[in-house]
Amino acid sequence: MAEPKQPVTKTPSEKEPENGKGFMRVFLEELTSQSILIPILAIFTGLVLGAIIIVLTTEDVYAGFDDSFGAGLAASWNAISTAYNALFTSALGSPSRMIAAVQGDDALEIRRAFNPILESLVASTPYIFAGLAVALGFRSGLFNIGVEGQLFIGAIFSAYAGYALVGLPTIIHLPLALLAGMLGGALWGFIPGWLKAKTGGHEVINTIMMNYIAFRLSEWLLMGPMKRPDSFNPVSPAIADTAKLPSFFETPIRFHAGFFLALLVAWLVYWFLFKTKWGFEFRTVGANRHAARYAGMNITVVTVAAMALSGALAGLAGTNEVLGVNYNLALAFSAGYGFDAIALALLGKSHPLGVVLAALLFGTLRSGALGMQLTAGIPVDIISVLQAFILAFIAAPAIIRTLYRLRQPAVEEGGVVLSGWGEG
Amino acid sequence: MATATANMISEQTYVSPTRQRVIGLVFLGFAAAIWVLFGRETEPGLITTFGLAVGAQAASVDPLTLPSLATINILALASAFVGAGQLARGFGRRTNWMLALVTGFFIFSFLTWAAADKSLNLVGLLNTSLSRAVPITLGAMSGILCERAGVVNIAIEGMMLFGAMSGTLVASVTDSLWLGVLAAVLTGLLLAWVHAVFSIKYMVDQIVSGTVINIFSVGMTSYISAKFLQRYQELNSPGTFRAFPIPVLGDIPIVGPILFNNNMFVYAMFFFLFLLHFALYYTRWGLRLRSVGEHPRAADTLGINVFRTRYMAVMLGGMMAGFGGAFFSLGSVGRFDEVMTAGRGFIGLAAMIFGNWNPFGAFGAGLLFGFADSLQSRLAILGIPIPSQFLLMVPYIATMVVLAGVVGRGEMPAADGQPYVKE
Repeated sequence: MAEPKQPVTKTPSEKEPENGKGFMRVFLEELTSQSILIPILAIFTGLVLGAIIIVLTTEDVYAGFDDSFGAGLAASWNAISTAYNALFTSALGSPSRMIAAVQGDDALEIRRAFNPILESLVASTPYIFAGLAVALGFRSGLFNIGVEGQLFIGAIFSAYAGYALVGLPTIIHLPLALLAGMLGGALWGFIPGWLKAKTGGHEVINTIMMNYIAFRLSEWLLMGPMKRPDSFNPVSPAIADTAKLPSFFETPIRFHAGFFLALLVAWLVYWFLFKTKWGFEFRTVGANRHAARYAGMNITVVTVAAMALSGALAGLAGTNEVLGVNYNLALAFSAGYGFDAIALALLGKSHPLGVVLAALLFGTLRSGALGMQLTAGIPVDIISVLQAFILAFIAAPAIIRTLYRLRQPAVEEGGVVLSGWGEG
Repeated sequence: MATATANMISEQTYVSPTRQRVIGLVFLGFAAAIWVLFGRETEPGLITTFGLAVGAQAASVDPLTLPSLATINILALASAFVGAGQLARGFGRRTNWMLALVTGFFIFSFLTWAAADKSLNLVGLLNTSLSRAVPITLGAMSGILCERAGVVNIAIEGMMLFGAMSGTLVASVTDSLWLGVLAAVLTGLLLAWVHAVFSIKYMVDQIVSGTVINIFSVGMTSYISAKFLQRYQELNSPGTFRAFPIPVLGDIPIVGPILFNNNMFVYAMFFFLFLLHFALYYTRWGLRLRSVGEHPRAADTLGINVFRTRYMAVMLGGMMAGFGGAFFSLGSVGRFDEVMTAGRGFIGLAAMIFGNWNPFGAFGAGLLFGFADSLQSRLAILGIPIPSQFLLMVPYIATMVVLAGVVGRGEMPAADGQPYVKE
């Protein structure tokens, strides 16, 4: 409960953009030379460490080193190049195959050749929503660790709206299902926000608890009331066609309108945070809640609203998967988006554009990793390891500076500055 | 903030009239719930049988048979009586004990109702509860060590998971369970060292640092499991520690089978529980550790090395978590499964908060959560139409209620989560 005595480091990115500056310009201004260099080096170092893990866990490498040092090196290189080659081809597609497909006139082959890169966009979409949710929390001084639970509840709400309402035209049904998803997430974010504002209960613990409550709740719903009657698996009924996010191509391409919705929402979050009075209050409370209080801002309202909005964004992440990809709700539909979102919000400096870029990176890695598992036999979980490394280096830029002999910047860029459990 | 601090200090000595009334109403609510939920649902004349023995003792210890309806009504009356007493003059410092008592009445009447006209083995239930409480309590003690020194540790889950895996791997390769335990402890130590360097040296947000370790642990253990453990079964068959009865004590009726016929982890948990309690509250070491968590600047002024103390606390906490992780693989199922800790580390965190950052409080919370866990698996057998998921939610909801200060606010270490900058 003590007042935080440590000097609160000020992020250079907290500068208030002046009127008339564009989206890109503000973002570019936020990037001092190192603040773009460090994320890039963090990603690079993460990939290098990933390569080391791949080498250390490949049997051929040990066989090679038993043979001779050269053979060992060759086997190591082989392991790395096979793995990363598979990663990048299955994430972005193979250029030669694309060219060959375009020259031929087999429409299915063209779709197949271009599918990997579109599939990466499909994988990035929930990351954008989830990353925006965490970023909005960070900007408002809240650590929303509950994105995973909020996206589950959002998915439940939207799936229910998707299959229970029938006979509506798309123009009504789809927005309704999207709104239902946002409402579910917002509700799950509202509770810890309200508890924080009213009782001082720390949102980190409460959102962790809410995550598990959400898992149990969805488990019960999918095994009971929301279970598809003709199925043995915990799966909800399929949503109505009128609630589906429109897709643009035929099979196997799953790319759908959710991606554009995510970009639109990212822009809206940017506009809200940096161009409106409300957004200004959010950011002021996030930067210094005491100053905000003295300036007459209502901390209670901002805290509750920020958590609810963050939850609504998280809810959209789950909604997107239900209405755009799976067309139903299954128990294990989330690949830990909520937790990876913390990493990518930090990587994107909690700026909507940064979040979009980081989400594209994570989505690409995630979708490439599936191919890597199939062709190179590297378990998909290596991606989580990479993400942990990247997050670690972003959180502790001093490590990267030491590794690459970078100079300490004049203004120390703060990561998130944490408040203790007890801080009201 | 100042008023909140004042409240916290005053709550130690006296209970405010409002809180006294609120808790009195809670007791009455419990009484009404017992009567409405269980009493009215139980037909008169039914008998509830509680088994009190397992194995060889079954011949000598008779089961407890109770008339269901009468028992429930008596418990409801008793709860109402306690509630009336609380409203009339209050129990002062014993309020929390009364709360525990009434909660106990509620649980017992629930069991009486659930097993009406049937039989429920109480000793078996409590024994399972105890073993389910082991990893939760060890995780909570890991958290207590870290947070009492002012470092928030949400990476308990990751440390446990990694400990479970490395314990399995080493025990399978060396064919020695004890080496497996050692490996698990060292893994916890290593991850905790990372957490310490990040949060103490680099002053990374401790939640971010913990998240890094959690993501890394889930990724790395699943990677190794998919790449090796699932393909080579000989790497994933460490065996388990067997339960062994303690001579004499194990023969005591009722208590013996519950407490003194367990495997190594249960006895070790009790040992660490007493050790940590003693060390924290009765040694100079503990006083220093707690002072660093309450007011690092003052501790520093008195010549305590804040950084070294925090490093030590976090690393000891990591060892505790790693040991707890070994329970999952070596103390329970005898193999490693992906994400097998299934959030137990986070329940440990919850138990720590619920238990007010005290070892014995955390153990009590661990027992309660372990009880909810073991009860849900038995309700299905008794044919009780309560979805098991709702019982599994109890720990999380209970923690949120405690955190909200509905039944008294916890006294967390004052400098918890705040990096220390030496001037």
